[in-house]
Amino acid sequence: MTDQRPIAIDIRKVIKRFGDFTALKEVSLGIRDNEFFTLLGPSGCGKTTLLRMIAGFEDVTAGAIYLYDQEIARLPPNKRPINTVFQNYALFPTMSVLENVGFGLEMQGKSRAEASRRAGEMLELVQLTQFAHRKPSQLSGGQQQRVALARALAPQPRVLLLDEPLSALDMKLRKSMQIELKHIQRETGITFIFVTHDQEEALTMSDRIAVMSAGEVQQLGTAREIYEHPRNMFVADFIGDTNLLEVAVDRIEAGRATCHLGGGHELTCDAVDGVGIGARVHLSVRPERLFLSAEPEEAESLRARVVENIFIGTDITTILDLDEGPRFQVRASNSDRGNRRVFEPGQSAFVNMERGSARLLVD
Amino acid sequence: MAGGAASGGNATSDAYAPARGWLLLPAWLVLGIVVLAPIGLMLIYSFLTKEFRGGVIWEFSLEAYDQFFFDRGLFGDESPTIQWAYIQIFWRSIWQATLATLLCLLIGFPTAYFIATRPANQRTIWVFLITIPYWVNLLIRTVSMRFILRDQGPLNDLLQWVGVISEPLTIINTNLGVQIGLFYSYLPFMVLPLYAAIERYNFSLSEAAADLYAPRHKILTRIVLPAVKPGVIAGCILVFVPSLGSFLAPDLLGGARNFMIGSLIDEQFRGSAGNWPFGAAASMILLTLVLLVLMVLARQQARLEKGAS
Repeated sequence: MTDQRPIAIDIRKVIKRFGDFTALKEVSLGIRDNEFFTLLGPSGCGKTTLLRMIAGFEDVTAGAIYLYDQEIARLPPNKRPINTVFQNYALFPTMSVLENVGFGLEMQGKSRAEASRRAGEMLELVQLTQFAHRKPSQLSGGQQQRVALARALAPQPRVLLLDEPLSALDMKLRKSMQIELKHIQRETGITFIFVTHDQEEALTMSDRIAVMSAGEVQQLGTAREIYEHPRNMFVADFIGDTNLLEVAVDRIEAGRATCHLGGGHELTCDAVDGVGIGARVHLSVRPERLFLSAEPEEAESLRARVVENIFIGTDITTILDLDEGPRFQVRASNSDRGNRRVFEPGQSAFVNMERGSARLLVD
Repeated sequence: MAGGAASGGNATSDAYAPARGWLLLPAWLVLGIVVLAPIGLMLIYSFLTKEFRGGVIWEFSLEAYDQFFFDRGLFGDESPTIQWAYIQIFWRSIWQATLATLLCLLIGFPTAYFIATRPANQRTIWVFLITIPYWVNLLIRTVSMRFILRDQGPLNDLLQWVGVISEPLTIINTNLGVQIGLFYSYLPFMVLPLYAAIERYNFSLSEAAADLYAPRHKILTRIVLPAVKPGVIAGCILVFVPSLGSFLAPDLLGGARNFMIGSLIDEQFRGSAGNWPFGAAASMILLTLVLLVLMVLARQQARLEKGAS
């Protein structure tokens, strides 16, 4: 399935250095028109630097950034039809909410009346009409966040950048804003580039995600792709919970690799290019892809002893030790069916693995 | 438990209640001795009769104020006309102080902005450099300024050597000389409060404005200046008020023809003219003027803060 949409932001071999420190090591990314695109990574991975370069607050050390067909890497921020929602909102404290939202329009040369009319419409979109004449400091964090969003959307930018805009909100508000942001993106049809370190937030909202670490894109794909098929150890570990097992590849037959887990245990999974016989690599299995049983129920089934059950509301996580082997996490949903799969600590059980759920990681 | 703590708190403040008046005594003493008594004394003196060669006679008189505003001829027997001489001195003082304030703002703002945008560990050094001249007495600095600015001084030598001018410029004993002196004397009083305000300024506001298509001059006028306005007002007050009453710069750099209020008052108490009631009256008029300016600025500040909160 190929996407026919044009590329909105094309980042070509962009490098950024701060003195001796290289923040971005030749990053190339194509962000499509009307896409909800997320840059995901831990702090210091270069995601905010990349966003600030798209906005124009940092210059590129090398490489080019295209907005549709226009090279923008050397344009000042006020010449780019791109707006930003800042992490700390950066609302103008001396202006009213309405003046804040109308500021961009006014700077674009619209009359005060026109700017104020459009700003009013934007406030309606984020449901803050009754606060139009307040000062930002008189609003709650969530309301300020929406003003920042309305202000950035008002000049109808071609691309909207969002720098961890939800990180200062409490959990409940964050969840509802996630859905609202997604709706606003669909309604306005503007390309969103969202920066976050919260993998759950990224999975919830994004059409595509670029997972970044140490100034490089580790993997680019849809939420499902990066969750189900992490390309390397960093991605597997950073996105969601997983069992990361150190294994030695024993033999490869018909596209299937048999791996040693230690303690005489073996698992078979799909072979991967670049991993040959004798390689010591990591194998990743999501805990929800495993289930427990009293007798083996799948081809891949290992006997283990239950150490502990952890109740987390929606799920129950069971921790088990293989005899002289590694430790496993297994997750069962908190349902009648799931609860039948729960064993008491000290009991022995079989850890069953569906075919195709274990992945060998290249590095 | 909570109730006990609350009543304990009440008991504590009750125990101090009788002493509360006494605890305010130091503050009242300082205010009284340093502020109220001298001003009161001046107010009283301004309504007394002058004694020849300084001092006062304890007899009520409006003569000092009359002398300030009205001219009754050499022997005081002509019908009164407006005395322009002193009003002119006041006018010149206000004009010079205003100009010095604007000049300080013009130079001080970029300076403060520059310092505030240095890396945090360098800022203290820059601020220290700004205050270094203040370790030297103002009189010494003003005399040195006279030396630099005089007709055969280093400044004229330099300008002639560069070839900008062929004849030495006369700066000493002109309004320009006074202006340079005032500007030099009070520039740090502008830079320091401005620096404090700009340092607290959230620079991501400038980024947000640039992001919203604002060119540089709009960022300055619409975002930065409104945000640092309290610092601008404080700096202007700190330069304008002492400039208005200054007498060192006008005396040493301006000479007799470029008199300012400070020198006029100074002369009444120390000089040979010795007219204490007149000096006191001039002080009172100056004080009234300064208070009026401060009140206008304070009211504007209050309106600003009311709007921001």
